[in-house]
Amino acid sequence: MSSTTTNTTTIGTIGAPSRRNTELAMLVFAVLVPVFAYVNVGLAKDGSVPAGVLGYSLGLGLLAGIAHLVVRKWAPYADPLMLPIATLLNGMGLIFIWRLDQEPSLGKAMAPNQLMWSTFGVALFLAILIFLKDHRVLQRYTYISMVVALVLLVAPVFFPGVNGAKIWITIPGLGSLQPGEFAKIIIAIFFAGYLMVKRDALALASRRFMGLYLPRGRDLGPILVIWALSLMILVFETDLGTSLLFFGLFVVMLYVATERTSWIVFGLLLSGGGAVAVATFESHVQTRVDNWLNPLALASNGGVTETAQAMYSFGSGGILGSGLGQGYSRLILGIAPKSDYILATVGEEIGLAGLMAMLLLYGLLIERGLRTALAARDPFGKLLAVGLTGAFALQVFVVAGGVTGLIPLTGMTMPFLAQGGSSVIANWALVAILLRISDTARRPAPAPAPSTDAEMTQVVRP
Amino acid sequence: MSELTLTVMRLGFLAVLWLFVIVAVQVIRSDLFGTRVTQRGAARRGGPDARTQRQPAAPPPQQRRQEGGRGNNRQRRGAPTKLVVSEGTLTGTTVALQGQTISLGRAHDSTIVLDDDYASSRHARIYPDRDGQWIVEDLGSTNGTYLDRNRLTTPTPVPLGAPIRIGKTVIELRK
Repeated sequence: MSSTTTNTTTIGTIGAPSRRNTELAMLVFAVLVPVFAYVNVGLAKDGSVPAGVLGYSLGLGLLAGIAHLVVRKWAPYADPLMLPIATLLNGMGLIFIWRLDQEPSLGKAMAPNQLMWSTFGVALFLAILIFLKDHRVLQRYTYISMVVALVLLVAPVFFPGVNGAKIWITIPGLGSLQPGEFAKIIIAIFFAGYLMVKRDALALASRRFMGLYLPRGRDLGPILVIWALSLMILVFETDLGTSLLFFGLFVVMLYVATERTSWIVFGLLLSGGGAVAVATFESHVQTRVDNWLNPLALASNGGVTETAQAMYSFGSGGILGSGLGQGYSRLILGIAPKSDYILATVGEEIGLAGLMAMLLLYGLLIERGLRTALAARDPFGKLLAVGLTGAFALQVFVVAGGVTGLIPLTGMTMPFLAQGGSSVIANWALVAILLRISDTARRPAPAPAPSTDAEMTQVVRP
Repeated sequence: MSELTLTVMRLGFLAVLWLFVIVAVQVIRSDLFGTRVTQRGAARRGGPDARTQRQPAAPPPQQRRQEGGRGNNRQRRGAPTKLVVSEGTLTGTTVALQGQTISLGRAHDSTIVLDDDYASSRHARIYPDRDGQWIVEDLGSTNGTYLDRNRLTTPTPVPLGAPIRIGKTVIELRK
């Protein structure tokens, strides 16, 4: 065959290499950056290298190392970037919380706790990678996960609210849990399973009207149910973030499953209408909206609003920041400088340049998630990857938008960065499921399909 | 701690953070997988023959450049530089002509893989002869290869812009 060719070009597909060594190199980098930041904070605050630097870096390195070995063994073809980026974000979060712990005016130290929660998070990450051999198993639990998610979402109603938002379950003696963080993963599983079965009905049975495909009335049912549910969360738990997250997630997955722009239009109209309606009579939401519209007005306690404080700290940071440990975060006396408002400290101490880098890291993680969805071969895996990535992206948008004053502030945590046990654990679980899907997606395909060369050539009969 | 040290550390930290982002983007770039284009060298049947072929395999680009230098005018004006698919499912595909043989057919290792029921798996090939003139040769296909309207029986020089028809696909050489 090749005797007739002198120099030919072949176009063929290549399987992705496993890339585990790249991941290891990136992980080492991702551990070194927070250690550098740690030393930097120590030097700036006390003029000496902090005593715990060796133990801390060894601890973080050990966690990352174990995670890497487990990925190498159980998910050898997984994406090389997700684990390093998650490690870096988590490490930076720990540093910023530890740095805020140095300010006595901001309450008791939280960094040791956060380190413990991160360890639990990584443990859950490892457990998922080891025991979840194939993400398609999750498809069997479509409706069970719907029930579980609903229970998790409704449960906080029966517990007392914290800072006006009822998003916590308090377990006496153990602490409190934010079920919404876990519910976002579980509901993504439900949406993926449900839409995979129903998407043809939702996509094809529609009328065309003014350039939009309008779905049939009965196909509108599910979206209306989810909408009502998210409004109920908003009304009874006064939690703007979670309701936005759920409704947004549903619309995103519906759009991806059906390719119909009309769903986005419907989603925006419904969520806009719902939000305005609720904001008119719910005082908690109203306060948030007022603070967003007039951040420089005086707060009810006579001080400056939290939004304004966050803006002042961004302004004080400028482009290059005041330097780690050299900001005035102690002046933020809002409700949550270590969780909801941690971005304000990030923006002040590493400036616009640093904040952009952090947001880019989130963007890269999201990009890898969507890339996984593109590469996945089964529709359930595609939808699940889009759903999990979408939930993560929406959460980043809602928090970062809220802190920077783009949208009204909602009580959510910046994934990995902010203080909060549930958030860290849930996001590590999310990354684990994404890694599992990407391992399946990037695994070299079994045997190629039989060659088409064997097919008969049709003969032209004039 | 001196002011200078802290400033250096502050800027250093930003640099390191951005370096991480840039390295991550580089990893993504190197991670784009999909199709790969591999240049296969001269692969003739038989070992010793292949070896004699491969030894002078290094100079050819140079040789060709010399030839190009000598016949510069002809190369500039007359020689086609690309092959364009003008009809059929692959319409719009272009392949740069760089002195390599172009194989056409439904076989997966063809340069242009025709998705055409009327094409054979190894249908035709287009190659430059010693003077740089491009020749089209039918490789014993079922339905034949047509240059303009004539069915090819022997290797034939291809003028610029003349349609080569294979099944429903039409290919032209262009400048």
